[in-house]
Amino acid sequence: MAETAAASKNVKFIITRQDDPQSAPYTEEFNLPYRPGMNVISALMEIQRNPVNAKGEATVPVCWESNCLEEVCGACSMVINGKPRQACAALIDNLEQPIRVEPMSTFPVVRDLIIDRTRMFNALKKVKAWIPIDGTYDLGPGPRMAEKKRQWAYELSKCMTCGVCLEACPNVNAKTDFIGPAAISQVRLFNAHPTGEMNADERLEALMTDGGIEGCGNSQNCVRACPKGIPLTTSIAEINKQTTKHMFKRWLGM
Amino acid sequence: MRGFYSRKIHSLLGVIPLAFFFIEHMLTNFSAVEKGADGFKDSVLWLNSLPLVFFLELLFIWLPLMYHGVYGLYIAYQSKPNLNRYNLERNWRYTLQRVSGIVTFVFIIWHLYETRVQVALGNVTHEELGGVMHEIVPQPLWLAFYIVGIVAACFHFANGLWSFLVSWGITIGPRSQRVSSYICMGLFVLVTFMFLLSLVTFRDSEFKTAEAIAEAVNTVIQVRE
Repeated sequence: MAETAAASKNVKFIITRQDDPQSAPYTEEFNLPYRPGMNVISALMEIQRNPVNAKGEATVPVCWESNCLEEVCGACSMVINGKPRQACAALIDNLEQPIRVEPMSTFPVVRDLIIDRTRMFNALKKVKAWIPIDGTYDLGPGPRMAEKKRQWAYELSKCMTCGVCLEACPNVNAKTDFIGPAAISQVRLFNAHPTGEMNADERLEALMTDGGIEGCGNSQNCVRACPKGIPLTTSIAEINKQTTKHMFKRWLGM
Repeated sequence: MRGFYSRKIHSLLGVIPLAFFFIEHMLTNFSAVEKGADGFKDSVLWLNSLPLVFFLELLFIWLPLMYHGVYGLYIAYQSKPNLNRYNLERNWRYTLQRVSGIVTFVFIIWHLYETRVQVALGNVTHEELGGVMHEIVPQPLWLAFYIVGIVAACFHFANGLWSFLVSWGITIGPRSQRVSSYICMGLFVLVTFMFLLSLVTFRDSEFKTAEAIAEAVNTVIQVRE
């Protein structure tokens, strides 16, 4: 559009708000002055600076969470125009108006757009998504990793625990305890590491408990939704292979 | 741990034995197309002449079907479809797999009631099953019901094979999953075509059986209505 009067242009927002974890959600509309290059975070900052809704009433500023502002921390994930994504990377110029902003309600809502992603960090603890090298003496250098392997493993390490894949998954909901794609992909990452591999079975067994890998229903939304382009479904299928192998080995006592 | 094994058993039983029986059923039906009423009768009789047929049925059809069906309903109940947000091919297949599972569950119960249960009750003999189908197929509503049931079962079978390959870690990367998608969807079309061809073949008058049998069939139909 060849809009010349850019200064007077407004951007309309419909934001789903919630005052506390127990209260009912409601929507509030905002009309904000357009500025070139603005994104959803800068719009929320504008509301914070001048908390007046579309009706001209003074209101409480909308709460949200954000840190890095460059799509690497995962804190500002929210549902924007129906799709879960990072607010800092959601440019207003690329969005259809009115812009609908909601919290990712797969997670408990703390307030407004702030959600509690504790379950994801608990999932990483459950699957032991780390490499245990702590001890009382120097263990020396570990085995080396092939460059080729490092390259694809690096892609998996881009996961920022943002929760978009869980929000996109039809099997992560109140009726299941499915751990979600992110933690499964981390098991693949740490099982691929030459030192991490030494504890591979522990991670596989964690995923073979209730709410583990069996919860995947192959809808494959996660791989399409992931903002970092992590091959989540390849990770899930690979861990399917590893857990299946582990199951047979354990039966046979190998 | 229990969840992992119960889901794995569900997945395994879907292929062994259920998918194999499904193919067997398709071939038996297709003998009606290939060799007519007598051919179909021979195929049914051959299958039922297998030694220990009761135990074969129990172990390789009844129990697996019950487990796969009931556990499958639970899986369907646990899902929260989101096609409105993710209108994607794989997500459609995920959703249709659950919908077709429920449709197939209902269809199989009814189909068993009309055929196998009537044989067990002594209302119909194995030789007369072609006649039973001959009575059902000309009725538009029941024909529609059978077509819907068959298409659902065929989709569930073919797409189930695709997800079986993923769930057991056989097709891992995107390319293998894409190729297996083509193969499984091709299988869906082929199997549906063969089942439907057999279904319409049952319209042929050669499947009509003696009057006494038709009466027995009528009682079934009356119960149904």
